[in-house]
Amino acid sequence: MAGISMNGLSKVYPGGVVAVDRLDLQVEDGEFFALLGPSGCGKTTLLRTIAGLEQSSAGSLSIGGRVVTDLPPGDRNVAMVFQDYALFPHMTVADNIAYPLRIQKVGRTERRGSAEETANGLSLAGLLERRPAELSGGQQQRVALARAIVSRPSVFLFDEPLSNLDARLRLEARTFLKRLQKELGVTTVFVTHDQAEALALADRMAIMEHGRIRQIGSPREVFARPANTFVANFIGSTPMNLLDATVADGSLHLACGTIPVPADVRSLVHEGDTLVVGIRPEYLTMTPGEHDDGLRGTVSVVENLGTYALVTLENEAQTFGVVTGEADEPALGARCSAVPQPGRVLLYGAEDGELITAERTEQQEPAEAAS
Amino acid sequence: MTTQIVRRALTALFVLLLAVFILGPLLWLALQAFSQRPSQFPAFWPKSWSLVWWHTVFHDPVLAQAIKASFIFAPVVTLVSAAICLPAAYAFSRFLFPGRRLFLVSIFAVNAFPKFGLYVALAGLFYALNLIPSFTGVVIVQLLGTIVFMTWIPSAAFAAVPRSLEEAARDAGAGPLRVFARITLPLAAPGILVALILSFLASFDEAQGTFLVGVPTYVTMPTEMYNLVGSYPPGTAAVFSILLAIPSMVLLLLVRKHVMGGYLAEGFQLR
Repeated sequence: MAGISMNGLSKVYPGGVVAVDRLDLQVEDGEFFALLGPSGCGKTTLLRTIAGLEQSSAGSLSIGGRVVTDLPPGDRNVAMVFQDYALFPHMTVADNIAYPLRIQKVGRTERRGSAEETANGLSLAGLLERRPAELSGGQQQRVALARAIVSRPSVFLFDEPLSNLDARLRLEARTFLKRLQKELGVTTVFVTHDQAEALALADRMAIMEHGRIRQIGSPREVFARPANTFVANFIGSTPMNLLDATVADGSLHLACGTIPVPADVRSLVHEGDTLVVGIRPEYLTMTPGEHDDGLRGTVSVVENLGTYALVTLENEAQTFGVVTGEADEPALGARCSAVPQPGRVLLYGAEDGELITAERTEQQEPAEAAS
Repeated sequence: MTTQIVRRALTALFVLLLAVFILGPLLWLALQAFSQRPSQFPAFWPKSWSLVWWHTVFHDPVLAQAIKASFIFAPVVTLVSAAICLPAAYAFSRFLFPGRRLFLVSIFAVNAFPKFGLYVALAGLFYALNLIPSFTGVVIVQLLGTIVFMTWIPSAAFAAVPRSLEEAARDAGAGPLRVFARITLPLAAPGILVALILSFLASFDEAQGTFLVGVPTYVTMPTEMYNLVGSYPPGTAAVFSILLAIPSMVLLLLVRKHVMGGYLAEGFQLR
């Protein structure tokens, strides 16, 4: 009932800084949508523009089919959870949770009942008379969630709500948040700079840079087929290998070895083209010794990451990473080869950094329209 | 262990010195106020006790009038100062406008020079405007000393209210006035309270400017002190000093938590 639709939405700050640049984006009803990007990419400004805390400079915004471009925040039926939770320190937990209802002139007893019910659902029972300062970080975060939930908004807006929690609590809160969103079925826009958080939570996600969207897709699509080298660099807990290559004799010649051109793009590349080969360390299989059909190098670093290890292989001109199983760690200085798993090699234009692909997926069109 | 003992001994010595030099004169004043005859140095303890000076002060129409004037001017000046300075303080904390730093610094700079020069120049101007002696003139003169407290400290208090709190209230549907009244103002209240009290005391203790602008029609307690020292017995001056010190003590005790809590320090760290 309440999708979000943005058409040509822009936000230009006084002084000329373009934070959001002519953005077209549809968020479906009930969807958990993540906005991901480095700091300064405009993701938070976009969220604040949806909330109405920033006035858009151009374009239109509608929520649930109703144009809200010029409405004040309170009339948009959205609820925001802030990075610092923004709990009112001079009010009790109960008053904090019930605050939106108080603005809506809901009676005292009904207000109290709703606050209690919401608080119980978030394991905050027994804390209602406390002040925010007397709560732990995790509890404060849940009070902020409760305040957002209590008014039954049509859209949740989350501004990095997990970033102030310590690592272990953050994982718990992440799981909790995803379950909660599925239970409530409320359309959610979630801003984060943590790619793992976006991949874990989102139904779909947009990766932003300089106020524009560089790719939109499901976490699986974005992880497996980044639309450009920017996204390829940003997504994944181990950075994707992006290696310069030249096409010759129907193969990709790299400084560290030669691999075949992937079958699906064979018709799109030509002899003598210079390209960037993208391959995730997880999708390379390492074997000791030197082989003709793989990428070769000397082991220079081995980083143990628990169930796997990230091995850095060095060649005179190129350095790349390979992920190996916990039992297969090579010795430092050993010569090794890494063979790409079938279907996992991606090619990017050397000039524009865009993915060379035969398919024109629907998700890529808005990004192209913007560029 | 020994360093700890030395440190404690030094602290104790310091406290003792403070007591002698700050509490000592006050204690001597208090004794004088209840002594029938002024004790001559080095005699400290009065020979005979009496309430005669208190009686004199409260039954002398001139002195009673001064007490009354003081307790009228101080609240009026504080309220006028708040009405003028608090909106300015809010603007200083929330908006970046051209000349912001210049205004802030110049408000502070007024206090960096001896005020008497300023008062003399002001008195000349007030003569021309026919404001000497006048109620308005005295209020304006006393106002000058309160501006720095009433702008800097509330500014810092407003600036310390996280914007996200105001935004959360707006997000919940509160209008701008409601956000200010229910979120910003209550959270800035301790800082504003400290500013109100310091302004009250600044006005209450102001003597030079009031003397130039108000005498002979408007005489407050501090201006009357000039007169008192010369033409009344020392016991009356002692009583008057105590009366003058009471509001400071009571008010500062009331807000000592907030003053200690750093609002005063914070107020002068504004950028």
